[in-house]
Amino acid sequence: MERQTLRNLFWKRFRQNRLAVSGGIIVLVLFLTAAAAPLLSPFDPDAIDRHHVLMPPSLHHPLGTDDLGRDVLSRMIWGARISLAVGFVAVGIATAIGMLLGALAGYYGGWTDRMVMRFIDIMLSIPTFFLILAVIAFIGTSVWNIMIVIGLTSWMGVARLVRAEFLSLKEREFVLAARAIGAGDARIIFRHVMINSMAPVIVSAVIGVAGAVLIESALSFLGIGIQPPTPSWGNILSLGKDYIELAWWLSVFPGLAILITVLGYNLLGEGIGDAIDPRLWETERK
Amino acid sequence: MRNTLTALAILSVAIFAFGCKGGPGAGGQESLNKAAGPPAYGDALIEGTIGEPTILIPMLSGDAASQDVAGLIFNGLVKYDTDLSIIGDLAESWDISKDGLTITFHLRKGVRWTDGKEFTAEDVKFGFDTITDKKTLTAYSEDFLQVKKAEVLDRYTFRVTYGKPYAPALASWGNLVVLPKHLLEGKDLTKGEFGRDPVGMGPYKLATWVPGQELTLESNHDYFAGRPYIDRFIYRIIPDTATMFLELQTGGVDMMGLNPIQYTKQTESEYFKNNFQKFRYPQFVYTYLGFNLKHPFFQDRRVRQAIAYAIDKKEIIDVVLFGLGSSATGPYVPHTWPYNPDVKKYPYDPARAKALLREAGWKDTDGDGILDKDGRPFRFTILTNMGNTLRMNTATIIQWRLAKVGIKVDIKVLEWSTFVNEFIDKRRFEAVILGWQISPDPDQYDIWYSKKTKEKEFNFVSYSNPEVDALLEKGRRTYNIEERKKAYFRIQEVLAEDLPYVFLYVPDATPIVNARFKGIRPSPIGITYNLPKWYVPGELQRHHLVP
Amino acid sequence: MLTYLFKRLLEIVPTLLGITLISFFIIHLAPGKPTDIFTELNPRITPEARERLEKLYHLDKPVIVQYGLWIKKLARFDFGESFSSDHRPVIEKIWNSKKPLIERRLFVTFMINFLSMIVILLVALPLGIFSATHQNSLWDKVATTTVFIGFAVPSFWLALLLMILFGVELNWLPISQLKSMGYASLPFWSKVWDLTKHLMLPIFVSAFTGLAFDSRIMRSSMLEVIRQDFVTVARAKGLPERLVIYRHAFRNALLPIITLMGLSVGGLIGGSVIFENIFGIPGMGQLFYWSVMTRDYPTVMGILTIGAFLTLFGNLMADIGYMLADPRIRAK
Repeated sequence: MERQTLRNLFWKRFRQNRLAVSGGIIVLVLFLTAAAAPLLSPFDPDAIDRHHVLMPPSLHHPLGTDDLGRDVLSRMIWGARISLAVGFVAVGIATAIGMLLGALAGYYGGWTDRMVMRFIDIMLSIPTFFLILAVIAFIGTSVWNIMIVIGLTSWMGVARLVRAEFLSLKEREFVLAARAIGAGDARIIFRHVMINSMAPVIVSAVIGVAGAVLIESALSFLGIGIQPPTPSWGNILSLGKDYIELAWWLSVFPGLAILITVLGYNLLGEGIGDAIDPRLWETERK
Repeated sequence: MRNTLTALAILSVAIFAFGCKGGPGAGGQESLNKAAGPPAYGDALIEGTIGEPTILIPMLSGDAASQDVAGLIFNGLVKYDTDLSIIGDLAESWDISKDGLTITFHLRKGVRWTDGKEFTAEDVKFGFDTITDKKTLTAYSEDFLQVKKAEVLDRYTFRVTYGKPYAPALASWGNLVVLPKHLLEGKDLTKGEFGRDPVGMGPYKLATWVPGQELTLESNHDYFAGRPYIDRFIYRIIPDTATMFLELQTGGVDMMGLNPIQYTKQTESEYFKNNFQKFRYPQFVYTYLGFNLKHPFFQDRRVRQAIAYAIDKKEIIDVVLFGLGSSATGPYVPHTWPYNPDVKKYPYDPARAKALLREAGWKDTDGDGILDKDGRPFRFTILTNMGNTLRMNTATIIQWRLAKVGIKVDIKVLEWSTFVNEFIDKRRFEAVILGWQISPDPDQYDIWYSKKTKEKEFNFVSYSNPEVDALLEKGRRTYNIEERKKAYFRIQEVLAEDLPYVFLYVPDATPIVNARFKGIRPSPIGITYNLPKWYVPGELQRHHLVP
Repeated sequence: MLTYLFKRLLEIVPTLLGITLISFFIIHLAPGKPTDIFTELNPRITPEARERLEKLYHLDKPVIVQYGLWIKKLARFDFGESFSSDHRPVIEKIWNSKKPLIERRLFVTFMINFLSMIVILLVALPLGIFSATHQNSLWDKVATTTVFIGFAVPSFWLALLLMILFGVELNWLPISQLKSMGYASLPFWSKVWDLTKHLMLPIFVSAFTGLAFDSRIMRSSMLEVIRQDFVTVARAKGLPERLVIYRHAFRNALLPIITLMGLSVGGLIGGSVIFENIFGIPGMGQLFYWSVMTRDYPTVMGILTIGAFLTLFGNLMADIGYMLADPRIRAK
């Protein structure tokens, strides 16, 4: 019953926040686009057409063509898949590591906690983008490498959040009760505390996806992002950079796509955050 | 000996490759140059570069940027003339003994290092001793290790003796081996400041070097071939090509290498026609699709030929290079003396390709659009290195074309080091797209000789043909140009038939220079060879030194 | 407070050691060798020459031994010699004490990040406060969207657009690098003006894209503070709203910002790779990129370590700032 009202409250607050809703819509549209890429894309994204190189937007090619005569719209649609995949896998990895380490540190405390916190400190002190850049350049630029490296270098925030939640939750009644009836550590961690600390993690994950999309485009700018012919928004934009004065559509559309997507994720994340923040509910009730 | 893979590093994308050949510049330039006023001293030339030089000692520098700048500070004993013949530079003349084993250089008298000391044969000997010293970290010692004896006969005479006749020898006596003995004797070349603050005898000398920003060179008033007209040569480091192109338009850069799209589409306006002069000539580089000849797919010559027929080189050049290149038919650059124009060519002919593949046993038995043989689909991966858009686009077009004849191609782009260590060295590749840089000397022993297939050697496609082996040996043991030409002509015929590589294209170099610079004479070796003779007429000069 | 500081300083040692350990092994365990770019598929290099190079760089030794050699040097602030063909000490590449400040890469990167941090603060704080005090108003939404656009726009793209607008079309600002030609011969104030013009675009881009975090945190921390009792009390006492906000709430809301500033040092330094490349600014980020591309391990390691050190330093500063600003701690 309590849960039900909370959910209603969440939706109520979320719907009131128009920015958050538009963020949600953006993300939803993006998902659908990526899922339906084969249906939506008007051309084969790899189809080269030497006679229609760098054509400005027209009815035939709504977003124009690139330097090999490929349809930009189709490449953007397929690129949405890649960009989405990079974001989600990277954030998935980061969240998994972050939750695990954060939970261990918060739950066990003491020596474990100190070790984990030191590790977090170390990782936070290394300029992350430098590390990503070096590692990707050295081990190669496959889609998987990029996802994994971004994931392995961005879990620290989640770990801290989860740890903090654990610290405050672990002495609460429901945990003590679970322990009293003899539940094991793993069960307590995963079944009881984790679920209750999900809220901030979700917010940080949603915003993290946006960060991963941006990192991929930055890597593409430096020539070590996802490599063509596989389309990604980052590499289309990076290509467009070289033609910026000649073929505006090659940089404007992917640039806008990245901008809107990242904006969407952020607004959505913030919206969720606001909507589940209990402190805000209290002000509401006042 | 003298082929260096052009992929060497992203940084080594040469703004101007040293070796270039070709015809006159874009139409109309000639008149612009003639209409110019009389030569005058003054002004500064700013060249844009994406990479920063690392060390200004020719024998120690590995990157194009260092070599470009060091080339203005140091001269060599000999150099290539505009027609690619070898002429004297610091050496006035030389004699080659009858048996082809001894070369005696007669040095120019009265040439001075920029610190005032005279340049002598001792300096050449010192340079030679340094480059052959095991402790010197140079990549270029190979040619000089062939020398059995090097001696100073007198102040202006220097003689070297080889163990065997070695045709590429003469050309190696460029600026690699000339160092000021009086400044460097007994010092550790790599440790000292000399590489950042060199003393040479070339047309320019280094004035300031601001790391990451620019190098400023000042003209050497005592230059033995006459004081250069342009007072300062500034080498500005701008890592992003798009940024550099914007700088060109605002006057922050006077000279840069254009990419194909900039050359064909972005510099055609009235503004550019009035304010800039563009040049175009083939680079000494070719790009190829190389097969692993040990792989079962590619052991059959008909398959290799079929792939050649299935690739439209013209399309690749039109799309990837915007037409700024020529199709390659062998490992030499068109219009140079070793180049044989009459070899077997492979015009785009997909029907022919399909027929050849059928002949070789490849048919689409399961109707999935991909050919197969013995139950194995014809699917392979083309590897290429990261950071080279031209190669990546080339791979993409080839992938597209081969799909039309029923061959499925995957493309994998790899970081250079991984590419070479994990794939080339271990022969874990099916096909690669790479390029070789070609020196004007045609010796390509290391690339085609059948025994040069060990790990780290350069015949990594495992090509083997006894006839080619014999011709390669013959070509490097005689100085007689006609005999060498015969050998290399035949090699090209055999290669065109055997097709260990599909030779794809020779790209053009496309530099652009601000129109106020006069006296530029495009030639087969590029435009910068006569930089000291470039000038800006008095009324057009832009940069003045504030005293 | 002093004991706390002392403890913090002691903690830095193991953290720094951990940083060196992690970055060293990640980089050295990657396949391939730094000498490859120079030697591989280069017919001029003989196998002996390659071995000689590898020996010189100790690449023939096990990684753990290499780490030992490196860390031993590092203890003496010696970052070793660069693998690039100039073989200069890494420290000289990053901080050449013979050159004027403005030509030292570390200083350039530090200066730009410092300035953009100040710009961020100058804009983010008022913006955050405004958003908080006008929560959910139209202007709050405009501000929110604007800062998020800043966060969401790929910085190199924005940089290029601005370069075209201000550099080429309007011709108001220089496009790249830090100084004009002939900088050396300018009088002092012209130098400052020249530098300022060159810095405008990079700092704008860096600040605009980095604005979001600070202004959002400011907003939410302000929101939180406003609801706290002492603010309510202050209001109840009849203090003017302006005073309540700026005197009482602001100070308290500032605390999380201080922590965030410390944490964001790492991100800012990392971001310098992008805009130093697009603007051709000779800083540490540019050097890092080149070093990575040529596998110049000592320089890569040196910059990673220095970057980490700066971040740790930033965190320490933030801690001290926090203590100075926090009335509860100060009181003790």
